[in-house]
Amino acid sequence: MKYLDEYRDGDIAAKLVERIRRVQTKPWVIMEVCGGQTHSIVKNGIDHLLPKGVELVHGPGCPVCVTPLEMIDKAHAIARRPDVIFCSFGDMLRVPGSDGDLFSIKSQGGDVRVVYSPIDCLKIAKANPDKQVVFFAIGFETTAPANAMLAWQARQCGMKNLSLLVSHVLVPPAIEAILSSPQNRVQGFLGPGHVCAVVGYTEYEPLAARFHVPIVVTGFEPLDILEGVLMVIEQLELGRAEVENQYSRVLARGGNGPAQELIAKIFEVSDRKWRGVGTIPQSGFRLREAFRDFDAEERFSVTTIDTMEPAVCIGGQILQGIKKPHDCPAFGTECTPQHPLGATMVSAEGACAAYYAYGRHLKDADLITIGVGGR
Amino acid sequence: MSASKADEQEKLGPFGSCPLPIFDHPQIVLGHGSGGKLSADLIEKVFVSRFRNPTLEKMDDQAVIDIGGAKLAFTTDSFVVTPIFFPGGDIGSLAVNGTVNDLAVGGAKPLYLAAAFILEEGLTAADLARVVDSMAIAAQNAGVQLVTGDTKVVNRGKGDKVFITTTGIGHMNRATQLSADRAQPGDRILLSGYIGDHGITILSQREGLEFESALESDCAALHGLVAGMLDEAEAAGNIAGMRVMRDPTRGGVATVLNEIAGRSRTGMVLRENAIPVRDTVRGACEMLGLDPLYVANEGKLVAVVADDIADRVLAAMRRHPLGADSCIIGEVIEQPAGMVLMKTSVGGTRVVDVLFGEQLPRIC
Repeated sequence: MKYLDEYRDGDIAAKLVERIRRVQTKPWVIMEVCGGQTHSIVKNGIDHLLPKGVELVHGPGCPVCVTPLEMIDKAHAIARRPDVIFCSFGDMLRVPGSDGDLFSIKSQGGDVRVVYSPIDCLKIAKANPDKQVVFFAIGFETTAPANAMLAWQARQCGMKNLSLLVSHVLVPPAIEAILSSPQNRVQGFLGPGHVCAVVGYTEYEPLAARFHVPIVVTGFEPLDILEGVLMVIEQLELGRAEVENQYSRVLARGGNGPAQELIAKIFEVSDRKWRGVGTIPQSGFRLREAFRDFDAEERFSVTTIDTMEPAVCIGGQILQGIKKPHDCPAFGTECTPQHPLGATMVSAEGACAAYYAYGRHLKDADLITIGVGGR
Repeated sequence: MSASKADEQEKLGPFGSCPLPIFDHPQIVLGHGSGGKLSADLIEKVFVSRFRNPTLEKMDDQAVIDIGGAKLAFTTDSFVVTPIFFPGGDIGSLAVNGTVNDLAVGGAKPLYLAAAFILEEGLTAADLARVVDSMAIAAQNAGVQLVTGDTKVVNRGKGDKVFITTTGIGHMNRATQLSADRAQPGDRILLSGYIGDHGITILSQREGLEFESALESDCAALHGLVAGMLDEAEAAGNIAGMRVMRDPTRGGVATVLNEIAGRSRTGMVLRENAIPVRDTVRGACEMLGLDPLYVANEGKLVAVVADDIADRVLAAMRRHPLGADSCIIGEVIEQPAGMVLMKTSVGGTRVVDVLFGEQLPRIC
């Protein structure tokens, strides 16, 4: 299939791996920022192809994972109301709050609907004038333009029965938090391709310079990731620390101007809590004053819900690249996608859930997968 | 439900002080119908534990029973698809073919069907007639007779237009022993064509996701294809080499292969590049973050076949119109027992596990 097969070619992958092998002389720890990249790495077994000295650790860029527990509880409180139609992206439905998930609220009679685009909520709101339609507006910079467009169009249409429960987060403050931590092990980054397609990568340049780390903005297909790894290692081996763009077929340095303008009209930067990590200053978006009347937290008086995260999960350390899923004694035993104990087990893009989905909770699975034989 | 109420119910179980395994969901969720781990959990803890018997415990798609020396295959299936009419079929043809296929993949000649209809108040008579006409044609094509049935009507809002349950009986007229526990290391894994067509066709018709495509459901009766495969194995003098066949409906090819690997205590290794997926299906799956290995099929089969007859059986499959795109997608291996592995197109390896519940479209 065009635009897929050429980025999954086994022969080119082998050549890229060989180039990485030739360039790499020292062990390096590289973090892929994005959950989509983590998923692709584990699904395609890319980490098993890399030389032993190249370690990939998994970053904080899983929007479902980092949405804080209290925000999930707020969503559940709203979704339980009989006057509400609660709309969400599909993978938020299984995220456990303090008491069940959106699937169980649905099974108890809540009107919870999966939408594929935020704009679908307009149609639902128009078709149900006697109901309050609430959209769970989560995600990184990638989903921000479409979520902003929902608020913008709701204003244009004068919708009174539509609101947004906003929990938007931003990548650069998270990278800064990781690099500032005394426990940090990360020496280079695969930057988030689709985030940068929206906002560009100028914000990453001061980070690369200040912390002296290479950041290569990278795509999501197997060859994208291998090429991104190669580009990071080439920089590391030469002592360079620049922002480079592997994903140039999709994005340019400045990103998408009209999308950024729309985001700026609707959202402003604010402090945000990250599940498993805590509050990071100026790390997210909230609705601007002019759009605050679309804020579901205020409309349904859930602003005071404040839930503490249970302490059992090491997800916060996993999201910062300090630990890996296997380092957790609960991984694959007490903590499974069926009974997640924490953030990183809940979405397909979470590192623990990706490891689990591709069988890495099974005994010796890593050894077995390597032992199956050559290509 | 509050936590304390749930605890209480968990302590008591559904029938007060019940000694049987306790089901850990206070309510049924959609994932219980997904074909994944939640479904398996429901079936084992709620149903098998209460009805335990050797025939049921084989957990094949059909029960094989002996009545006065006649070996019969017996199966039942309920159909609850939305929309009821879709490109390539409708709930009627699905209800006939689904049950015919469950009989056929057990090696039986499908003979008789029963059908029970739950109709929602307000369903148009024209729609019902269209569904039933379609069932009649499907039954004729599959060579089965619909010999008994039942109808009930529920209040508007208590159903979804029409639910159909079909039950089928077939005659085990060959010396086959097809069963999920018979895969052996060295066997080949055969697939009868492109995967995911049905599931993605249905998805493309859902509200909020209408996308234009020329895709059609693969809904079809597989008895003819199966007969051709078994004839070939008989001609090769190795009917026992036909180990197991399954039609990978909900849960898809991945779920079926995991069941076989688990029941046979063998491993399996698939080659990603060998698995046929249409561009439309791949494109839709890529966009939505779904994996075609877990998407439903309604006219495909997976067969585990002894190595020495695999090429002959494959050739027989390709001679049948429903098997023209058949291929060998992998092999049965000794270890790791119970696990399905896949060599990915880029040369990596991964485990293909059973999903927990439904596949959920990803956020971005």
